[in-house]
Amino acid sequence: MAEPKPLPPASGHDKLMIGQSKAGVYMAHAILILGILIVAFPIYYTFVASTHSLQTILRPPLPLLPGPEFFNNYSEALFGGVGRIGGVSVATLLINTTIVAFGIAIGKIIISILSAYAIVFFRFPGRMFFFWLIFITLMLPVEVRILPTYKVMVDLGLIDTYTGLIVPLIASATATLLFRQFFLTIPGELVEAARVDGAGPWRFFKDILLPLSRTNIAALFVILFIYGWTQYLWPLLVTNRNDMNTIVIALRKMISFADADTEWHLVMVTSMLAIVPPILVVVFMQRWFVRGLVETEK
Amino acid sequence: MATVDLKDVRKVYAGGVEAVKGVSIAIPDKSLCVLVGPSGCGKSTLLRMIAGLETISAGSCAIDGKVVNAVGPTERDIAMVFQNYALYPHMKVYDNMAYGLRNRGTPKDEVDKRVRSTAKTLELEHLLERRPRELSGGQRQRVAMGRAIVRNPKVFLFDEPLSNLDAKLRGQMRVEIKNLQRNLGVTSVYVTHDQLEAMTLADVLVVMNAGLVEQLGAPLDIYEKPASTFVASFIGAPPMNLLPLRSGQLEGAVTLPAVPTNAATLGFRPEDCEVRTEANGVASDGALRLMAKVEGVEPVGAESFLYCQVPGGRIVVRVPGRTDVTPGDQLPVFARREKLHFFGSDGKRV
Repeated sequence: MAEPKPLPPASGHDKLMIGQSKAGVYMAHAILILGILIVAFPIYYTFVASTHSLQTILRPPLPLLPGPEFFNNYSEALFGGVGRIGGVSVATLLINTTIVAFGIAIGKIIISILSAYAIVFFRFPGRMFFFWLIFITLMLPVEVRILPTYKVMVDLGLIDTYTGLIVPLIASATATLLFRQFFLTIPGELVEAARVDGAGPWRFFKDILLPLSRTNIAALFVILFIYGWTQYLWPLLVTNRNDMNTIVIALRKMISFADADTEWHLVMVTSMLAIVPPILVVVFMQRWFVRGLVETEK
Repeated sequence: MATVDLKDVRKVYAGGVEAVKGVSIAIPDKSLCVLVGPSGCGKSTLLRMIAGLETISAGSCAIDGKVVNAVGPTERDIAMVFQNYALYPHMKVYDNMAYGLRNRGTPKDEVDKRVRSTAKTLELEHLLERRPRELSGGQRQRVAMGRAIVRNPKVFLFDEPLSNLDAKLRGQMRVEIKNLQRNLGVTSVYVTHDQLEAMTLADVLVVMNAGLVEQLGAPLDIYEKPASTFVASFIGAPPMNLLPLRSGQLEGAVTLPAVPTNAATLGFRPEDCEVRTEANGVASDGALRLMAKVEGVEPVGAESFLYCQVPGGRIVVRVPGRTDVTPGDQLPVFARREKLHFFGSDGKRV
């Protein structure tokens, strides 16, 4: 085991590399700032649009500064109900999507960590067969099996339910593979030490494997939460009722091809609200990541 | 507290490889048994079978008189110290030591009492709140020992516990392990490939080779009377000089004592020979004398090793203190009759 390594120097000046000029640093920053502007401007413009009335938006040019309708628009969308999606409020959509995204992320993590645990730490007949079976499903995207899956959901009466939205998306070969790779790096002696210490399979999982996987779980959670949040095709198929829509589906439904029909100010509000939870998850989990990275060592 | 009895223990792996080919060892209560041998000789497998981490293919393993072949590692009441310590990286030292006790349902205050008293014995008290990665190699080693001791098991098992430490620390820990084991009086099995560790620690020394016991006994008995050329070359550093005999004659020998009829190899230890021609009061007819050409000199300080070429092969001669011998010198080498070992063509002592 390696001795604890000293942290790299923290001060910014020490990071100047040999042969790097001041002008070069300014140049690099200018390029980065330009990049950020290009990426951030559409989001800013969406925000600006969400604070104007429908009339202002429809009468070009759209102002570049936020308008006076912030509270009106947001409260109308969140609590009032949006006409084109059957009077369902954006708050309902947010709740739906949050449940689905959490369900998919947590479900995927539970299923994949357990299957990886079985494949790595237990010797049973057909172990490699099952591993390859899981591995092969990596090659089948959701779209390929969407018709049979839809049929099963209809037969089970799971259309317009959270179960129907979540369960078919839970199995994850990618996450199983990631956990498997991580588990393979855990030294065999650690497993044996736990056995000698009287930890059965369940205790070993709970007391040793799970704490050691914290970082992996946090990283996967972020990725899978965003995956769940941005799901489009499956929620579109499996929901009919407006109050079971996820926010991405509802957003699509809010936009009509005839401009006059579309309540653009509410569309903009919904767009803004749709990106807030993923951002929160990333920001919150990022701190977790770093802590996990600093603390754990195999 | 407990004896360990192995009777004709075998290990055959799924692929048909036989790692342990029938080993019988009886380890008396409170003694430290060292299994030593080159890598791949089956010593670690044997230890893991005693621990219950490997199944026993044939034969029986009994701890404290009870056959434990079908008993899991938890119920065998053993504790093991691993080569890379295998501390739980996410747990504090305290929890690392307490984990085994907690799993056995020991009451909380009892756990605390035992962890603290063990920490005191091992001088770990100030480290209890640290995590393994904040400890030095020696400290981790101590924690691994503590984790074993705190449970107060019937048997300690050590799997090359010192091989990750530097030479100085290894020496210290060796003495400490020996003292601890003696004070606690717990029967122990210790696996190492280091013959020095084996010699200094063992009450019972078991030299293993290719899945079999080559020799079993007290360390100094094995040193003085190695049962085979393998043991002779494995125990002792530098190893015993072994020279082939051709129909009872040694090539290049000036004088050679009477050789047992079926001896094929002659052996003598570097420390048992001297550089001189005359017998000086020793019965010269019973001694070995031969001329050696020095190829290299290794002064270690308290002694020097001369690496020499003789007609039958290469030998090492130990001379005390410093020496003014230089490579290329011709030296007379002398060894007394009682210091000579003879081995048959099968490698066994005759």
